[in-house]
Amino acid sequence: MKTGTKVLLVDDEVEFVRTLAERLQIRGIQALVATDGTEALQVVEEEMPQIVVLDVMMPGLGGLEVLHRLTENHPEIKVILLTGHGSTKEGIQGMHLGAFDYLMKPVRIEELIKKMGEAYEAPVNPSQNR
Amino acid sequence: MPDSANNDLSTNKKSEERTSPARYQRLRRNITILTLLVTLVPLSFIAMFNYYVYQGALKNEIVTPLKAMVNKTKHSFELFLAERISAISFIASAYAFEELAEQFTLNRIFQVMKKEFGGFIDLGLIDSSGKQVSYAGPYRLEGKEYAGQPWFQEVQVRGTYISDVFMGYRKFPHFVIAVQHIDPSGQAWILRVTIDTKKFNELIASMGLDASTDAYILNREGTFQTSSKYYGSVLEKCPNCATPISYEPTVVETVDAQGNQILFTYTDFDSAPFRLVVVSRRSEILRSWISFKSETFFVFVASVILICIVVFKLTGLLVRRIEESDQKRELAYHEVEYTSKLASIGRLAAGVAHEINNPLAIINEKAGLMKDLMSMDTAALDMKRFQALTDSVLNSVERCRAITHRLLGFARRMDVTIESIDLNDVLREVLSFLEKEALHRNLVLTLELEEGLPSILSDRGQLQQVFLNILNNAFDAVKDGGQVAMKSWECDPDHVEVSIRDNGVGMSEETFRHVFEPFFSTKKGYGTGLGLSITYGIVKKLGGEIKVESKLGEGTLFRVILPKRSQQEGK
Repeated sequence: MKTGTKVLLVDDEVEFVRTLAERLQIRGIQALVATDGTEALQVVEEEMPQIVVLDVMMPGLGGLEVLHRLTENHPEIKVILLTGHGSTKEGIQGMHLGAFDYLMKPVRIEELIKKMGEAYEAPVNPSQNR
Repeated sequence: MPDSANNDLSTNKKSEERTSPARYQRLRRNITILTLLVTLVPLSFIAMFNYYVYQGALKNEIVTPLKAMVNKTKHSFELFLAERISAISFIASAYAFEELAEQFTLNRIFQVMKKEFGGFIDLGLIDSSGKQVSYAGPYRLEGKEYAGQPWFQEVQVRGTYISDVFMGYRKFPHFVIAVQHIDPSGQAWILRVTIDTKKFNELIASMGLDASTDAYILNREGTFQTSSKYYGSVLEKCPNCATPISYEPTVVETVDAQGNQILFTYTDFDSAPFRLVVVSRRSEILRSWISFKSETFFVFVASVILICIVVFKLTGLLVRRIEESDQKRELAYHEVEYTSKLASIGRLAAGVAHEINNPLAIINEKAGLMKDLMSMDTAALDMKRFQALTDSVLNSVERCRAITHRLLGFARRMDVTIESIDLNDVLREVLSFLEKEALHRNLVLTLELEEGLPSILSDRGQLQQVFLNILNNAFDAVKDGGQVAMKSWECDPDHVEVSIRDNGVGMSEETFRHVFEPFFSTKKGYGTGLGLSITYGIVKKLGGEIKVESKLGEGTLFRVILPKRSQQEGK
């Protein structure tokens, strides 16, 4: 994955999202942070990240709603979903909505970076199996 | 709604009663009594009815011919006597006294009478002073004086006389007929004949009676005029023959001196001091009746025994079947309850996993960062930074621990234990499991818990399950951003009430009717359809009540009313 790739991390757990951003920075990935859905959409408009890592369960504007708007307005942005829920139901629902993939919390950073790499390499607007 | 709730409520109560052995005994007893009643009463009624109708018919059939026969025979007797009297009257009228006084003429007349009528033993002419003027017969009785004898007085008064049967000089049973004749000149004389009673026996024999039936003639004093088969011979006194005089054939049921049951049929003669009696042995004459009686009795007893056996067997079988199916149902219900418990635990586990995964993710990142920092440059190591990171890790661990403790506290209370409970506490605890979901879905939770709500005696674990189930339903019913309101208050001195209102989809009438039925679910695919039915069962078991109000599209209100002192506590 090229350095200088811009990644937006969205999660309502501030401690989690800030620390994860710092670790990605250490690895040379430019990581932006948003702590709710509205802020995330705002940051996307301002910074145009290539990849968004999105928590599904958030108060206010939920992860799936954010995903929905992103795929509508910015189909070129790859979205990786993060979920803490035991079931894979929401992950699958997200995939249907156009997410690139979904990962379960807690996730190993190497795995996350690898997935981000795959997302970056993947062709824009992959077949959306709707 | 309360209708369907009450229905469910009562069936639940029933199911508890159903399991007690006393209930099956009662059921068995009731069914047995009822079945026996509806079978034996009509049977007895028919048997009795049959008995009396047949008895009546049969008696008529026996008594009527008996009377007819007695009447006919009486007429034969009277005819016989009347013939003799008119024959004698004829002779008395046809001949003058002087002719009759002549021995030769009298003999000739006597021979003709013997030939034409039979039964005559002798014939005598007696003048008005009572002296026998002439006599025809086997004895030498001319000149015999009858003046002082009662019959002589009577014949002078009444014109004719028929005597009782007696032995007299002749030493065999006979009787006397005397006729007085008064000729136009005023001269009176009496013709006296003696008649053998052989003719009586012939008349009785002509009745054609069967071997067991007895017939005889009695005089007014109850002395035998003919021999009886059973009760004595001629001129003996008849035992217990005292019956009122009747000129019509009369049947009396009585017991004779030997203790036999008899039908005593008799009639008195109009023209003679005699009575005809026919005695039939009841056992003989009523043989067909007695056999009918015993057959009926046998059939009746056999039917009763058969019915009793069948009823007892069938009832036993029926009740055993009911008992078995009740047990199966009970077992199935327990299984279902268990499954539901597992299902609600599963749901809980999924929620808890989510809540634990978040702090775990933080720990993961914090520890990862520390590792990153350490592997980079020792110069960059900043103790304060590390301290902040470890604090953050510890905080997250604390978060996890709080969750696991809460979960353990929940799981531990799966067994039924009655304790003093602050209901508000339970409500808050249950809600704490769902707060995250509420937060994520922007649900507005309103809590209106009465301060100082009296504590109740109940089972904490079961109450948790009840409210978790209702709240889960409320959460499922509302859209994101919906409202769920929970309220608790003391509704009367003995009860507290908790209401949970949502502004969700509400229930259709169809759903409303089945809301507490097991396996009824609107959550296609992921509901067991057991939640509310189990909830109902639990509330009932705790001695409470659950009520629902709902309107399609407007929301649902669940009201749980709990007694301050649980019913189970008393047991």
